[in-house]
Amino acid sequence: MSTVEETAEVSRSGEPSLWSRLKTNRNWLAIWFMLPAAIFLILFLAWPLILGIWLSFTDARLARPGQFVGFENYEWLWDDSIFWLSVFNTLLYTIVASAIKFAVGLYLALLLNRHMPFKAIIRSVVLIPFIVPTVLSAIAFWWIYDAQFSIISWSLRQMGLIQENINFLGDGNWARGSLIFANIWRGVPFVAITLLAGLQTVSPSLYEAATLDGASAWQRFRYVTYPLLTPIIAVVMTFSVLFTFTDFQLIWAMTRGGPVNATHLMATLSYQRGILSGRLGEGAAIATAMIPFLLAAIMISWFGLQRRKWQHGEGND
Amino acid sequence: MASVQIRDVRKSFGDVEILHGVSVPIEDGQFVVLVGPSGCGKSTLLRMLAGLENITSGTISIGGRVVNKVHPKERDIAMVFQNYALYPHMTVAKNMGFSLMLRGASKSEIGERVNKAANILGLTPLLERYPRQLSGGQRQRVAMGRAIVRDPQVFLFDEPLSNLDAKLRVAMRTEIKELHQRLKTTTVYVTHDQIEAMTMADKIVVMHDGIIEQMGAPLDLYDRPANQFVAGFIGSPAMNFLDGKLQANGSAYVETAQGQKLPLKTMPQGEGGRDVVYGIRPEHFEMGEGGLPAEVVVVEPTGSETQIVARIGNQEVIAVFRERQSVKPGDKISLRPRADAAHLFAKDTGKRI
Repeated sequence: MSTVEETAEVSRSGEPSLWSRLKTNRNWLAIWFMLPAAIFLILFLAWPLILGIWLSFTDARLARPGQFVGFENYEWLWDDSIFWLSVFNTLLYTIVASAIKFAVGLYLALLLNRHMPFKAIIRSVVLIPFIVPTVLSAIAFWWIYDAQFSIISWSLRQMGLIQENINFLGDGNWARGSLIFANIWRGVPFVAITLLAGLQTVSPSLYEAATLDGASAWQRFRYVTYPLLTPIIAVVMTFSVLFTFTDFQLIWAMTRGGPVNATHLMATLSYQRGILSGRLGEGAAIATAMIPFLLAAIMISWFGLQRRKWQHGEGND
Repeated sequence: MASVQIRDVRKSFGDVEILHGVSVPIEDGQFVVLVGPSGCGKSTLLRMLAGLENITSGTISIGGRVVNKVHPKERDIAMVFQNYALYPHMTVAKNMGFSLMLRGASKSEIGERVNKAANILGLTPLLERYPRQLSGGQRQRVAMGRAIVRDPQVFLFDEPLSNLDAKLRVAMRTEIKELHQRLKTTTVYVTHDQIEAMTMADKIVVMHDGIIEQMGAPLDLYDRPANQFVAGFIGSPAMNFLDGKLQANGSAYVETAQGQKLPLKTMPQGEGGRDVVYGIRPEHFEMGEGGLPAEVVVVEPTGSETQIVARIGNQEVIAVFRERQSVKPGDKISLRPRADAAHLFAKDTGKRI
């Protein structure tokens, strides 16, 4: 109350009024500009997340509001070998696919960064796997991996390398490998194009200086390219890991978690238990169990993303 | 240290030839400046010397060895880039020691040589900083440090001062020259700034459109420019050029279209009545009776001297005087060119007469 009175007094003495000061206050304005987006995010992201976590502490089923059951769902999961299999699958899927995506993506980026004929066309061709809808590419892979009509099996048979068709999606380990390959195929363009963008920010004169300093091609990569690329590698790999860890579409379209749960990821298992079987509480618990892993991945990249000392701006120590 | 021989070097990018046969002999320990307007091919020539560009034809030899096919790192040269090209993720010490590390030198040797170079350049307190934490002049010095740590046969500088402010540029100019006098390493320095060329070089190579216009000691180029291009390029403010016809009537002079007589000391050989360009440097005008009637257009006092832009007939000229002048725009003055300091160029070829 007293502040209002004070302001009023001040305004009478010729100072700008509270309102006109607020109008020009950047922080105050910023709040208003951010508010719509913030409400949207809270309503459609944060609130469902909280609801999901809450759901995991209930025994809710489809069409039946649940009772609070504490950690019962998690206790069930703890003793559930299929859940642990899905955790193992998810980690395997994420680690292997991300590592290969990084290696292949970096290699492609370095290749595309060279001067070569038809560079623009080749760059757009590389992007194709990324722009094809996931389900469409899943169906394509489904045919490629088909037990009877697989083109890979057919080709290998024609070459006389195998006698029988490979059961790509019917055998546990083959199915895992096949899915990882399909995921890599889809994910490499994103990594490659992002790293290419990073490579293009490196001044060519640094390479010239390094060449004159006596660096070989490998040493130029090791001592110039790679260290300058680390910030962007941290960003792109964080996204890549998050996308791979939460992958659902590709698996669901191709194997639905089979054979014998060999390709169930946490996301697909959660969907199967929660939606298809209707045990919402249990499905929510599986989904919630992904959060610590995702947080860990984010933390790792957070520290990886910390601005390195050499990136700090002007200014002396 | 080594001598460098550039013999009839040509360079084409696709169908476009940008260096049309350039030959420059460089003696051991010489400081040679390649100077010319942008696009004249000077930077390309330097990059060919460094091995960053292929040589289309001709030969470049360093220390008697033809290096056309020698990889840059085997040429034993060090280059300072216009944008410094410091590795942003390495400290000053690491930047300077990088080439030694690649060569597999021991830690103690690297430390010793880096410290020595840092000492020469006054970089010792900055060794643990990153390039971003340095000012322009300090970065420039680190780039030079990186070059001298290697103790190469030849230093190459590619417009190293053009990113610095005017005051720092003058200071660094002196520093580079001092460094050269101390190390006596053969140096090839590229710039578009003729003042840098004049002040630093043992030998200036003036380039224009892919050819060498003139080569020689700075003052020789200043006193006896071989053609109108060099005459106009070397010296600041630039030389004045007045068109006229060569005449001899008792004494030698050049008569302009308006009938003004520009004095000459001696009559050059050849016919009278020939179309020529009369060149006179701004500092070779004298104020006083019996000169050319001129109207003052602009007066530019710099403190140490006074520049006067004046109109003689329909041509503008610049005159520079050491003394202060109390003239105003619009004043009528009389400018007398010093006959002994006049230059004559053929109107058609631009060559010195």
